[in-house]
Amino acid sequence: MNEASSQDLDALVREAQQAIHSAASLDALDEVRVRFLGKKGLITQQLKRIGGLDAVERPKFGNAVNQAKRTLAANIEHRREQLQAQLVAKKLVDDVIDVTLPGRGVGIGGLHPVTRTMQTMEDIFVRMGFEIADGPELEDDFHNFEALNIPVGHPARAMHDTFYIDDQTLLRTHTSPVQIRYMQENPPPVRIIAPGRVYRCDSDVTHTPMFHQIEGLAVDEVISFADLKGVLIHFLREFFESELQVRFRPSYFPFTEPSAEVDINCVLCDGVGCRVCKQSGWLEVLGCGMVHPEVFAHVQLDSERYSGFAFGLGVERLAMLRYGVDDLRLFFENDLNFLRQFR
Amino acid sequence: MIISETWLRDWIDIQMDVHGLVERLTMSGLEVDSLEPAGPGLPNIVVGRLTAVRGHPDTRRLTVCDVDVGARSPLIVVCGAPNVSVGARVATALPNATLPSGHVIQPTSIHGIASQAMLCSGTELGLEDSSEGLYLLDDDAPVGQRVDDYLQLADWVIDIDLTPNRGDCLSILGIARELAVLTGAALKRTDVPGCAAESERVINVVVSAPQACPRYLGRIVEDIDDQASTPVWMRERLRRCGIRPIAPVVDVTNYVMLELGQPMHAFDLNRLTGGIRVRTAAPGEAIMLLDGSELRPDGETLLISDHHRAVAIAGVMGGTDSGIDADTRHIVLEAAHFTPSVVAGRARSFGLHSESAYRFERGVDPELPLPAIHYASALLKNIVGGRPGPVVDKTAKRWLPKRPPVTIRHDRLEQVLGMQMEADQVDIMLRRSARGVRRQQKYWQVKPPSHRFDIQRECDLIEELIRIHGYHRVPVSFPKSSETVGKLTESQLPLTRVRTLLTDRDYQEVITYSFVDYAVNGLFDDNQDVIRITNPIADNMSVMRTNMWSGLVQAAITNLNRQQRRIRLFEIGRTFHSHDGKRREILRLGGVVCGNLAPEQWGQASQEVDFYDVKADVEAILALTGASVRFTFKQLDKKGLQSGQTAEIYYESRAVGCLGRIHPQAQRELDLESSLFLFQLDLRSLLHRQIPQFTKPSRFPAIQRDLSIVVGTEVSAEMVLNTVIEAGGNRIVNLNLFDVYRGEGIDPGRKSLAFGLTLQDSSRTLTDEDVDSTISKIIAALDRRFGAQLR
Repeated sequence: MNEASSQDLDALVREAQQAIHSAASLDALDEVRVRFLGKKGLITQQLKRIGGLDAVERPKFGNAVNQAKRTLAANIEHRREQLQAQLVAKKLVDDVIDVTLPGRGVGIGGLHPVTRTMQTMEDIFVRMGFEIADGPELEDDFHNFEALNIPVGHPARAMHDTFYIDDQTLLRTHTSPVQIRYMQENPPPVRIIAPGRVYRCDSDVTHTPMFHQIEGLAVDEVISFADLKGVLIHFLREFFESELQVRFRPSYFPFTEPSAEVDINCVLCDGVGCRVCKQSGWLEVLGCGMVHPEVFAHVQLDSERYSGFAFGLGVERLAMLRYGVDDLRLFFENDLNFLRQFR
Repeated sequence: MIISETWLRDWIDIQMDVHGLVERLTMSGLEVDSLEPAGPGLPNIVVGRLTAVRGHPDTRRLTVCDVDVGARSPLIVVCGAPNVSVGARVATALPNATLPSGHVIQPTSIHGIASQAMLCSGTELGLEDSSEGLYLLDDDAPVGQRVDDYLQLADWVIDIDLTPNRGDCLSILGIARELAVLTGAALKRTDVPGCAAESERVINVVVSAPQACPRYLGRIVEDIDDQASTPVWMRERLRRCGIRPIAPVVDVTNYVMLELGQPMHAFDLNRLTGGIRVRTAAPGEAIMLLDGSELRPDGETLLISDHHRAVAIAGVMGGTDSGIDADTRHIVLEAAHFTPSVVAGRARSFGLHSESAYRFERGVDPELPLPAIHYASALLKNIVGGRPGPVVDKTAKRWLPKRPPVTIRHDRLEQVLGMQMEADQVDIMLRRSARGVRRQQKYWQVKPPSHRFDIQRECDLIEELIRIHGYHRVPVSFPKSSETVGKLTESQLPLTRVRTLLTDRDYQEVITYSFVDYAVNGLFDDNQDVIRITNPIADNMSVMRTNMWSGLVQAAITNLNRQQRRIRLFEIGRTFHSHDGKRREILRLGGVVCGNLAPEQWGQASQEVDFYDVKADVEAILALTGASVRFTFKQLDKKGLQSGQTAEIYYESRAVGCLGRIHPQAQRELDLESSLFLFQLDLRSLLHRQIPQFTKPSRFPAIQRDLSIVVGTEVSAEMVLNTVIEAGGNRIVNLNLFDVYRGEGIDPGRKSLAFGLTLQDSSRTLTDEDVDSTISKIIAALDRRFGAQLR
């Protein structure tokens, strides 16, 4: 091989390698590539010299040029990777942000704690096969009292401080009238709950003139007091997510017989005794009983054939116990500082 | 009902401490509300007898007393009380005695005279709320005995919250009897002392309403001692049971009522003209009551009268004209049975509360009047002396409450309770509770005792049995599952979904009262259909809301007043309407928004919320129905909202709600600094959701074109977009209005609208010619309808 040609090629390669090494950006590197390896590049042009060589030298020189091209291409590729890596590294450094800054956008609101409690309660009963029923808040005397075995002058009326619209119309004092309305429309078997607003003309530290109840009613050919216990114990344990003690105490409601009040182990002191449970260790949470035959008579159901149970739960009461709220009135002040605690 | 433990134990022999008693009562339906000691311990306070009383040399108000406390020499005590007299026995606090108030007694000098002890009032002993002098003890009180022993203060006061069906337990006897039923313990006694007549004098009694008063007993007692006072033991028992001692006759009638449960009344014989008449009220009749009020009873009210005028409302309260006072020498005792329904609710309707009415409306044992009137006369004899006459008894047997036998079937009992019960056990319990029990093969016939008004049918006996047996013995089971009743279909849009959407869009749910202020409600409605409450709890809660905003706006104000700036509230509830006497309730969603669109935050300029921000929230709710296209918004003029920024929302042709900005006038009336946006939706029309129907997405490329046009400002966006869709046909798969501009470069009175169109065909790739022709049609249509120009 021609010594001079070979030396020129080597020098050119070294020059190119130098240039590749010095290329500081991908663009500069590309310029280097074009200068040496492009169609009119310095290395490519070397091939034109091949015509001036003798036949023996030609393949050798051709091989040498091709070898140089491959070498430089590899060098360029290597350098490109280097530069790309540098670019990424720089971008990473440049793009560092304070990840502790708060996210942007709107936040989320929340449900009223009474709604939240009511939904929890409804879900538990729905899982037990109860359907949700509804009735008017403006009720008549018949559905609110008479049909529930609370005739005029009954002492139980004194316990319902009633808001009246006129002689016969009132704001329902409990959700129990839904029992009557539902049974008037639907033959047994019945298994409903009726959540809603109720009203009593009473306002002090422990009473608000409006509050919420959930009424429950199950009527079928064989429904027993034992079933009532089963359903309510299950409900209470689900609701409080605890295997708490539940006790049934005899009580009196005109529309159930036998009637019971239900106490749970105080959830605030675990039954040891505290201010909320008046040191008794027990908290009264609901009233219930077996549907009174008189009630069945008012809806033309045969009390010999059917039996049933009914219960009434105070939603605010359970919400207070669940969330540790110590003042009923907070539920209706609608102060955002209070409400936002129940997201 | 408040009772004293020692008094109760006079009646029943029961091996159980007071805590056991309380537990047993509570678990049997006689819920004990509280258990308190009857009085404080009074160490170093003893019975003293005043042996001499001298005036204080310096001060007229004070006396200097010699007090015999059983020591060798009397104590000298300086005292300021008015009721000191030689021979009186008083509670004497010796040196180092600690009064219930914590005050420690020390010998002291009062105006120069050494006082070695202190004579106590009822207040100082912790027995009275207020006192007018020393607490005088009976003349036989043993000198030197500790006063707390003498008064038997080692006693418990048990407050029982009785349910209305257990009127029979409104007495010591009643509770004792109940405990006997529950535990099988024996009553110590079953009757009370009687008192034979000592004179012939009788009161004339005529009962003209025997169905209301089937039994009336009257007895004259002549020549009572008007100087006598009620003995301490009786005063103490009355006090413990929550009744203030007054004077012997009244105290005795109260005492008998507490012990036996029979309410009684005493008249001054000399103030009665003729005799007693039991009758209903005459029209216009009035009576002055003991509590000082004048009452005009209606024609159904049962009265006790003499031959001239009404002297008492039967079973409720006596009148002033005929009552006992300090000068009364001859009395008439009354013990009657009034039918519960005659008294029921009456006291309450007059705004009165009386122990008597409380008992009569719950039912008083009709067999009680005779023993009660005898017992009262016997007690009076011991206290005020006098000569009782014969008891006059007017009884109309046919009107006395009946106690027909009640049948209880064994299988029914077990079925209702869901448990087995041995027949022998049932038998034992029934016999404790009732006297006449007949046992048959599969059932029992039970004759309830005269005091049990609450046992009328089988279910009452079932309760009685399980109450005695214990509710805790009922097993726990689960109702047999009947066919599924729970229904929630995909077509129902659950309210919870609406709530979730709103809370996720940063709304806070509130619950406001359904009754609102008339004026505030009237800010947004004409109040034509408003429903008033006849007995509102407050003036500003006197009408049922006809819109959701009256409460929501108040909630917003509450929070604005508490430094909240950004408020987004919603409420779901009903509004109440009256139309031509028909009342309706509508389930609605209401919302109120003010302040910034987003919470204040870094890197983003704050932007006040506007109509369209709130509209987006409303549209999101409408979208839940799956039928967005059927809802339209139309400009609306509505009371309380700013015209020009208010829209009515339609579902097809039916108005279902509205949305808008509060009217500046309403804003001023509410004293609001910031403006509010309000919305309200009728939920009935929203809670049905359309089930999606699949259409195959086109496989062919979509083509995007933007159009910018200029139209008159009066042309609504909706009109333009509808025209575009009409003209463009079904190749338009998306249409998005992305800019609205007024101002420089556009003629005043005109505006520019820019929108993006996405065109696509389901069967082929659209050519440029296809697209151009569609766009031309659109432009032509816009030009034709609105004179629109391309911009």
